Amino acid sequence: MAFYELANPHRFMTLARCLTPACAVAAVVLLAVGFVLGFRAPADYQQGETVRIMYIHVPAAWLGLGIYTLMAISALGTLVWRHPLADVAAKAAAPIGAGFTLICLLTGALWGRPMWGAYWVWDARLTSMLVLFLLYLGILALWRAIEEPGQAGRAVAILTLVGFINVPIVKFSVDWWNTLHQPASVFRIDGPTIHPAILAPLLVTTLGFAALFVALHLAAMRNEILRRRVRTLRLLAAAEAR
Amino acid sequence: MIAALRAVFVRDLMIAFRVGGGAGIGVVFFLALVTVIPFAIGPDLPLLARIGPAVLWIGALLASLLGLDRIFSADHDDGSLDVLLLAPVPLELIAAAKGAAHWVATGLPLVIAAPLLGLLLGLEPRMLGAIALTLLLGTPALTFFGLVGAALAVALPRGGLLVAVLILPLTIPVLIFGVAATVGAAGGPVPFDMPLRLVGALSLATFVIGPVAAAAAIRQIRD
Repeated sequence: MAFYELANPHRFMTLARCLTPACAVAAVVLLAVGFVLGFRAPADYQQGETVRIMYIHVPAAWLGLGIYTLMAISALGTLVWRHPLADVAAKAAAPIGAGFTLICLLTGALWGRPMWGAYWVWDARLTSMLVLFLLYLGILALWRAIEEPGQAGRAVAILTLVGFINVPIVKFSVDWWNTLHQPASVFRIDGPTIHPAILAPLLVTTLGFAALFVALHLAAMRNEILRRRVRTLRLLAAAEAR
Repeated sequence: MIAALRAVFVRDLMIAFRVGGGAGIGVVFFLALVTVIPFAIGPDLPLLARIGPAVLWIGALLASLLGLDRIFSADHDDGSLDVLLLAPVPLELIAAAKGAAHWVATGLPLVIAAPLLGLLLGLEPRMLGAIALTLLLGTPALTFFGLVGAALAVALPRGGLLVAVLILPLTIPVLIFGVAATVGAAGGPVPFDMPLRLVGALSLATFVIGPVAAAAAIRQIRD
């Protein structure tokens, strides 16, 4: 099925109706397996048992960043190709992305208390995640500020793209400002420096959370399409009643 | 085309400086903010001198957020934005001219006022020069980031707070490098010229990105 065929909301609804339960089941299975593996994995020699929070923290961080990227691509879809589902996808993704970013910040704080001795430190990575969370909140606020969905979608698309251009600059400036968080240990040119026994459950839970995101996202997109249909029908009914 | 842009620039400046324009209100807010800080922190001059650059930068940042929402929405309300949209001059350049006028009316007074307010905070003379220089290079970036927010809020009746919420996270790099350069000027642990150049680079980059994104936003929203 080509990408443009999804422009037909009816076809998308049919596809989403089949895919949502499948993704939900995959998420449950993968997360269950991943958490079991995570609890069986050896504890870290320095961090002890607290390392296990990583199986939630790291996938949430990746998804928080990945969902923003998805929203930026959707923004291009809205502005350049005028794909009718692009702004639905962007709108449905924003609260989920904000949720994953919040989970990342909260689990990081819980881990930081025993390890660094403080729930929050003004470290570069933490701060840039917090800025990402603020960007998400700004986008949610703009969605709520403009009444007409198409207009709101185009405005949010521009904000998302400007934010996307700015994210690397924020990241650079904050890194320059102060850094304490450990450097990247999975995505490196010379291969991951993390032990395979810990890496395997991490990858499984990441897939699980990604499947969870797809299931939530598809369900939210369906809801948004239905919500817009209801809105159109109400407007039509109001126009007829007049 | 230059004449048209100059006309837009002069018109916006005149509107800003006449009654109801609100060009001076940013400086008054800046003064009020700097006055309030010692009440919260205490009249300890060495401490105030240490946090002075940060206070002045935050004050300038917040003051430059005021009135951003009026850049386009005032023209939207009285219909002159429609005329500007129909003009043969590209909307991007008009947005740049309006942004420049807004900076002269609100940003430049902050740059001039900052050294005077620095005296209240007990900053050394070198710091006073540094704060004026970094603000001179940095406030255009704030204005032109704000231009995007102003364009997004063009059709909203009360977009002021929304614009501030949208724009503040984007201005973090300007704040970081601006304060770093100011502290560096006093011989702190950080260098002076590298962050200063980055502030200038951010201003130049936003001078391009801001008007283009603002023009795109206005066209998209008013379709």
